[in-house]
Amino acid sequence: MPEELLRVENLQVEFRSGLTTTKAVNGVSFTLNKKENIGIVGESGSGKSVTATSLLRLIPEPPGIISDGNIFFEEKDLLKLSKKEMRAIRGNEISMIFQDPSTSLNPVYTVGNQIIESIRTHEKISKKEAKQKAIKMLELVGIPSPEKRINMYPHEFSGGMRQRVMIAIALACNPKLLIADEPTTALDVTVQAQILDLMKNLQDEFNTAIIMITHDLGVVWETCDKVLVMYAGNVVESGTVEQIHDNPMHPYTWGLLDSQITESVNNDEPLPTIPGSPPDLSQEVRGCPFAARCPFAQDICFSKKPEMVETEDNHYVSCHFQTKDKRLDRKEQQNDRAIVKG
Amino acid sequence: MTEPLLKVRNLKKHFPMESPIPFKKSTQSVKAVDGVSFDVFPGETLGIVGESGCGKSTMARLVNQLITPTEGVVEFKGKNLVGMKAEELRNSRKSVQMVFQDPFASLDPRKTVGQLIVEPLEIHKIGDKQSRKQRMIELLEVVGLSSYHADRYAHEFSGGQRQRINIARALALNPDVVICDEPVSALDVSVQAQVINLLKQLQRDFDLTYIFISHDLNVVRYMCDRIAVMYLGKIVEMGTYQEIYEKPKHPYTKALLSAIPKESPHDKKERVILNGSVPSPINPPSGCHFHKRCPVAMEMCKTKVPELIDVENGHLASCHFIDKQ
Repeated sequence: MPEELLRVENLQVEFRSGLTTTKAVNGVSFTLNKKENIGIVGESGSGKSVTATSLLRLIPEPPGIISDGNIFFEEKDLLKLSKKEMRAIRGNEISMIFQDPSTSLNPVYTVGNQIIESIRTHEKISKKEAKQKAIKMLELVGIPSPEKRINMYPHEFSGGMRQRVMIAIALACNPKLLIADEPTTALDVTVQAQILDLMKNLQDEFNTAIIMITHDLGVVWETCDKVLVMYAGNVVESGTVEQIHDNPMHPYTWGLLDSQITESVNNDEPLPTIPGSPPDLSQEVRGCPFAARCPFAQDICFSKKPEMVETEDNHYVSCHFQTKDKRLDRKEQQNDRAIVKG
Repeated sequence: MTEPLLKVRNLKKHFPMESPIPFKKSTQSVKAVDGVSFDVFPGETLGIVGESGCGKSTMARLVNQLITPTEGVVEFKGKNLVGMKAEELRNSRKSVQMVFQDPFASLDPRKTVGQLIVEPLEIHKIGDKQSRKQRMIELLEVVGLSSYHADRYAHEFSGGQRQRINIARALALNPDVVICDEPVSALDVSVQAQVINLLKQLQRDFDLTYIFISHDLNVVRYMCDRIAVMYLGKIVEMGTYQEIYEKPKHPYTKALLSAIPKESPHDKKERVILNGSVPSPINPPSGCHFHKRCPVAMEMCKTKVPELIDVENGHLASCHFIDKQ
């Protein structure tokens, strides 16, 4: 039986400004076991990053506010902890890597300083020992001649190297959970492959669970065990990577999968797209948030919000229509395309 | 055989570095583009791929003469654009337009969309006020926006819509060639697909020729007829998209292709993971620029620069060991 590490229940995050309230996250629930990797995918504005930053309570308050929900991390409710208790968790038990490695490091301190800072905040060890540990961390993340590099400033590193430094800082205190917010989006494919490879290797070494936020499904297939598909602040589908890839149930997930350009796409036909754009979250959305863009939407979709339903083992989807017809339609479409390709 | 629309020969751009000693002329330079030659034929899409810092964007700007090359020839319809008088150049730029990467930075925030699209027509003094407006509305519809968008400002639009506005601006003068510098990199997948479909549609409708620069290999495969792979200011391999994706010859191309993330969780693919990152273009490695990261490099690669040779039917590659692989 895998041990549970994190349980998020009905998380709701709002941003209030003037008269408008934007519901960025609207009832997200999921669980994560130890050493497990979960991917959160969705378009910009779907609430992926807000969900992740709320886990560490890094949402700027005000204007942001976590208005409802529970976050249990090893049976501690993170939302009930004091600021001081929370600080002891950040960077120690839960760490985070951000998207842009060039803005997440402090330009006026050496790289070594920043790793040592993270270590000494949480562990009572001397500067000398901390430095030794920092050098070891840099070596682990694959930075050549770490004794020299430790005294250099972030601008002397390339993008991929900076992201390695970020990973070194994040893993320095041996966290149980690592939140990676689009860690490879700003990097080249070759460097992306290096970083993903490194993260996988380090995971084996440190036994860390990872929450991987990305809009690139390829990265999810590569690194994750489970996936949450988010749309307009809601989780619309969740399951294992195999379930989501082989048997997606939500029309939005189909759209997302179909609009990826892969080897099997024929150059002569237009790419399938999802028409329209996501709803304005400062307006109240009645019914299913995807209804306006959904090719299968019926009257009920505009009036009633669908519940999360378990369709097979641990595969959840929030859609009113679980009928086989809908799926057959998609299969037919795919077959038609396969025939055209010949 | 059709005549190429655009001929680029031995194009070079060396940016001089500031000398550490005041008033002394610097001897070092960043060799951003270092001897690139290729042809672009009418109606095709030439893709240019490579890692950041390999000179893709510098090359795009050189082709359009937004920066002056250090050396080389850019011939458009038989006329050399390099060293052309400003007025003449402006005239030929009508036919070579650009779409830039960042839709948030490339539109003037103080102008309405209508003004932005009319701007190129005003600069080139085409038509009167009435006919320009007519053309502007026509262009908005061509790129999938509506006439009521004309009075709005750029910040009111999403990334995908802004990129559509940029495309409308580029099309305003009925160009022959559109240089797209990472036009979809800043967009979400579903929006990316919409913009790519639009670009393909426009190519058919208006007989456009594209130079398509991207680091996303999947997008390039879908968009392009021929592909040039760049590394440290040089083209290391060039061929049709089938040749590049199915029979890559250069070890760098092979590594790039194997770095594309998986297509499904069942996909078990063997990776060639390149070590390190692109070396500095100030002092590029001797011999073959790629030898320090190359998995098959030999002694010879450190000293001798490989030439770009024809492997088969116009599939070019520059590696000493093409036959032996």
